[in-house]
Amino acid sequence: MVVDAQKPFALDMSQWQGSLDELRGLVSDRAMTGETMLLNMGPHHPSTHGVLRLLLELDGEEIVNCLPDVGYLHTGIEKNIESKSYEKAVTLTDRMDYLSPMSNNMVFCMAIEKLVDLDVPERAQVIRVICLELSRIASHLVWLGTHAIDMGAMSVFLYAFRERELILDMFEMLSGQRMMGSYLRPGGVWRDLRPEFLPALNHFLEIMPGRLDDYEVLLTNNPIWVDRTQGVGIIEPDVALAWGVSGASLRASGVNWDVRKAMPYSGYETYQFDVPLGDHGDVYDRYIVRIAEIRQSMRILHQAIKKLDTAKGGFRSNNRKFVPPPRTELGQSMEAVIHHFKLWTEGFSVPDKEVYVSIESPRGEIGCYLHGTGGNKPRRVHFKTPSFMHIQAIPVMSQGHMIADLVAIIGSVDIVLGDCDR
Amino acid sequence: MSISPAIDPVEAVSKAFSTAVKGVDHFRDETTIIVDPAQLPAVVRFLRDTAGLIYNYLSDISAVDYWDEEGSYEDRMGRFGVSYHIYSLLYNRRLRVKVFLPEENPTAPTITEIFPAANWLEREAFDMMGITFSGHPNMKRILMPTDWDGHPHRRDYPLGYETIQFSFNIEEILKHKPFAKE
Repeated sequence: MVVDAQKPFALDMSQWQGSLDELRGLVSDRAMTGETMLLNMGPHHPSTHGVLRLLLELDGEEIVNCLPDVGYLHTGIEKNIESKSYEKAVTLTDRMDYLSPMSNNMVFCMAIEKLVDLDVPERAQVIRVICLELSRIASHLVWLGTHAIDMGAMSVFLYAFRERELILDMFEMLSGQRMMGSYLRPGGVWRDLRPEFLPALNHFLEIMPGRLDDYEVLLTNNPIWVDRTQGVGIIEPDVALAWGVSGASLRASGVNWDVRKAMPYSGYETYQFDVPLGDHGDVYDRYIVRIAEIRQSMRILHQAIKKLDTAKGGFRSNNRKFVPPPRTELGQSMEAVIHHFKLWTEGFSVPDKEVYVSIESPRGEIGCYLHGTGGNKPRRVHFKTPSFMHIQAIPVMSQGHMIADLVAIIGSVDIVLGDCDR
Repeated sequence: MSISPAIDPVEAVSKAFSTAVKGVDHFRDETTIIVDPAQLPAVVRFLRDTAGLIYNYLSDISAVDYWDEEGSYEDRMGRFGVSYHIYSLLYNRRLRVKVFLPEENPTAPTITEIFPAANWLEREAFDMMGITFSGHPNMKRILMPTDWDGHPHRRDYPLGYETIQFSFNIEEILKHKPFAKE
């Protein structure tokens, strides 16, 4: 197309295939007559936290309705898992919610363990709790930084990522990878803790409370922050439940539901921690609840370090039908060689049954529906991901607010588009 | 306010809907009620609103395809299964309500009126499995592009990887694989 510099800029709409009729029933009738304006936000917009497109219906600057459009990051992870044996599929789950890969590993491993009735030793469970809580802190730090930068508080972003770096270093000690570690495996974890891990964790727990106080000094009573977050994006508890909201966003509305407390897994029932709750269900409460959750996670980590000394068992199950034998055995035991060979070629078989397990990920309830075939590959695996449900609820929270508030709302529900689209 | 004691969901549903329950399955502390698709919304509404049950949170809707090369789904109640995972915050327990749908035109009634959260989950099941939900306000694809052909999560939908070449199958592969510079 040759641009005529003399003419004023105008869009060539002759090639446009769509029609407004497609939106009938989804936007108000006022949009059909042009009384309200339809505006695209995303998929490339810094405050949509990934590739999320929102079609906004605006009356002036007020949001009448908003239609989220997802799927830009769909990578067919669930379909891919159907062609992999269970052990190999763990690496794929890392890529869903890329800010807390350990939670995805965990829910998938738990589904397998439930399906085949595999034991997890006590020590492995404690290591898992350490990983999950570190993931929670790391994920909340990314949330805090990006949420604050959306609202114009630049420095919190830099501080939060500085502390997250310490956690990623620890993950590297555990698994050799900073983010996509695939460290949690069916029956336990990949390898035992390295000697340098616990000193690093202790150092982190020593400095983190002070750093958290620093963030709060910057934000909690900051008049601009309070003005922009209080009373914005309110969701009532019953509405939040009906729309499938979970995790910190649900607890900010005052609903006391934490999967770690309600249906404890991996020994969470033996830890002392509180479930922070909000009163108003607005953006500010979601902020307060998540900051309080970081403190509770550190409390759990302190207890987990103590438990490590007394926890029985190894770092993974001794059931050789599902868990590979240690490397040292391979030179001495024929049986170990056979088990190793069978596991790395064929994998293990699970019954033709279905299970659903869920855990508390940093974002909310992440669930895994797993249906075996009786063979070594799943028939179907479906992940219920919190971001998928939360994006669905964004229109409910944003109606009647300004566009600038929408940015605050998207940031506050903490979405990850990889988690949503899978 | 007193909380009425929890009652057994299977018994309660069987009593209230004499023809709806097609089967019950217990596996690893999970309970599955298989119900007649036509009565699904009524059953789910009953489970949500009845004192002693109060399944007030929809966790997930998962569709599963029982097709395989040998046609093993024939001993089941249909080719597709749709599982509704509901959870009761009050009594802290889960329940799976499952429907089986036939291969030809698999359709289930929507439950978006009961749980608004089902909206996108049902759209996902439509997108991935080709199961339509009658009465759904916006039955369109959600994750795949709107002009996509087929439903990727069906078991007869190819995964799309390259066949590994060996001397015994090279001719078969060359027959349907055009060369890059042809």
